[in-house]
Amino acid sequence: MVAALAPTVESTARPALPARRRPREFTAVDYGTIVGSALSALTLTWLIFARLTDGVGWLGFLVVAYVAFLALFGLVTADRIGVLAAKDRLATVTITSGAMLLLAPLLWLVGYVVVKGLPGLRPSFFTHDMRGVTPTMPASAGGGLHAIIGSLQQVGLALVITVPLAVSTAVFLNETRSRLRRPVRVVVDAMSGMPSVVAGLFIYATFVIPYGGQIDLFGFNGFMAALALSMIMLPTITRTVEVVLRLVPDGLREASLSLGASRARTVWSVVLPTARSGVTTAVVLGIARAVGETAPLLFTAFGYRLINSNPFANPQESLPLFVFRSITQPQQSMIDRGFTGALVLMLVVLALFGLARFLGRDRSRSRRRTGQAPAMPTGADIFEALPGPGAPVSVAQKGS
Amino acid sequence: MTDFATDAPQGPFGPAPPAAPDAEQTQTINVLPGGPPVRLVGGPPPGAATIESRGAHAWFGDHLVLEDVNIAMPPGEVTALIGPSGCGKSTFLRLLNRMHELVPSASLAGEILLDGEDIYRPGIRAQQVRMRIGMVFQKPNPFPAMTIRDNVLAGLKLARIKCSDKGGLVEQSLLRAGLWREVRDRLGSPGGALSGGQQQRLCIARALAVQPNVLLMDEPCSALDPTSTRRIEETIGELRHNVTIVIVTHNMQQAYRVSDRCAFFLAAENEPGRVVEQGATETMFSAPEDQRTLAYVEGQFG
Repeated sequence: MVAALAPTVESTARPALPARRRPREFTAVDYGTIVGSALSALTLTWLIFARLTDGVGWLGFLVVAYVAFLALFGLVTADRIGVLAAKDRLATVTITSGAMLLLAPLLWLVGYVVVKGLPGLRPSFFTHDMRGVTPTMPASAGGGLHAIIGSLQQVGLALVITVPLAVSTAVFLNETRSRLRRPVRVVVDAMSGMPSVVAGLFIYATFVIPYGGQIDLFGFNGFMAALALSMIMLPTITRTVEVVLRLVPDGLREASLSLGASRARTVWSVVLPTARSGVTTAVVLGIARAVGETAPLLFTAFGYRLINSNPFANPQESLPLFVFRSITQPQQSMIDRGFTGALVLMLVVLALFGLARFLGRDRSRSRRRTGQAPAMPTGADIFEALPGPGAPVSVAQKGS
Repeated sequence: MTDFATDAPQGPFGPAPPAAPDAEQTQTINVLPGGPPVRLVGGPPPGAATIESRGAHAWFGDHLVLEDVNIAMPPGEVTALIGPSGCGKSTFLRLLNRMHELVPSASLAGEILLDGEDIYRPGIRAQQVRMRIGMVFQKPNPFPAMTIRDNVLAGLKLARIKCSDKGGLVEQSLLRAGLWREVRDRLGSPGGALSGGQQQRLCIARALAVQPNVLLMDEPCSALDPTSTRRIEETIGELRHNVTIVIVTHNMQQAYRVSDRCAFFLAAENEPGRVVEQGATETMFSAPEDQRTLAYVEGQFG
């Protein structure tokens, strides 16, 4: 019976695999239970609020309905598959609904700006300033090119000033053993809590008031705005880069030193390149912090209706200033223009994020085969390791 | 007996050390038989070096962790440091290339002589010492931001050594580390993409590219599987004639297989680590003088 023993393609067809078990998975029955519980909770609450009592308003209705929903869902699930599984599913449902509750305002905010700003988002918005636009003209007239140019120049200049300073401060804080690290860290923390309007006032009082009349460079202009924005960005970028550098494994520093490198050389050739993507994230966070600031620009860039592409002389517009001043106007066309400006501001931020991510992308990670390489800090790690505002100086370190 | 205390010491095993430690050294190495030689400028002097500790003590803060260690490690031989955890083997290894002082609270006493010259004497730079004494760590630590090729050449870049033929040096170093055949087609891929054993051999190649006189290995195989361990032991066997190797290991069989000499460290409770016994590996494993050594090499404790 050689033929029967020889395996053929047909005869080696694998037997049907047993049904897979995923103990924590939500099945169709679970989703059905959720919908059913929600419906019965709503009707029950309606019964209580509209028929049995006079009700206590919509917030009370929602709270009672939600609690009733959780109770019903828990009871039904406990009856169906036991108390333990019911607790698990109840926790999942509670946490998920909490996340949705928190996400709602964000989506609402973005959606509101998009809905209000989209009608005015025409190509002409990117090619025109406010030359010749009178308050009575429709929102389609004029545009925000002057504000876009101003914002990019001011934030760009601020980055040129801030990034070298912030990275060297972070290196000082993390790679040296100086006694001055503690005071520097305190100052950086204090700076990160400084109200942004104070930064603007500081630059105004230090440069614009005493010298503004005589020297163009110290008058109202984009450069002054960049200085004010630098004061906002510096602590953000410094703290983030410091956390990123802390995530670089000590083994790499030791490896570098053991090859005969100096400490400075180690930082420059090993630590910073390893933390590259994290440093990029820090810069992105700094941009995000600065690009939407209005208050520091009020007494520095000052705002201007027309294109001024020289950031070193004369007032300059920026997107937040454009939005602020347009929306406070009485005419509907100006308010619409302001919302379009807000939408463009969000798009600019998005574009800058994308650009920074592209420039700082981790080239070594894409083709990684095993997970054994020393861990490099990613954006997610940084957000995990970042202290909240006002958190203690020492950050709990992961895996070190 | 050579007098080590004189100002111009003559090493008992190797050539005399350079008069000025910071003088630029030129070393010519042969990549392959018949291949073009590679010239390195600014690197260590050629050949294996002798390294010897004299009355070495080490502290962390006020805590004495290592007391009076006297070991001579002859050039071109493999010395294994064995002993249970926490007895100061790794601390001693880090004394040998001035990595100990990187710990802020660390201090030391005694002398470490590299070819008869104290590496801790004032006027000698730690970088200079570390360039001559390479190190391989317990955990493979290739630079993740660099390709395999750049990892091998990292030492040249970091220690500012000039090289006439980088491609040749990469090939030679990877050949010596036993990794060339596995990676020659993907020198441009990141070092982190290799398996654990390959990463460790990449780290060995990186240490060898600088052409050190001494190579320190701190439990290089403890994170690796048996196959990778065997490859690295073979690599050690091939390297031993060109470079002095000091290896810390917890694996008795490994110490027996790879080393010419052994030093047994032991620390009693709340006491600093000391060298209980040292000598030729053969003797240490077959007829040790100390009962504790016998018990340890037979696996009765540790």
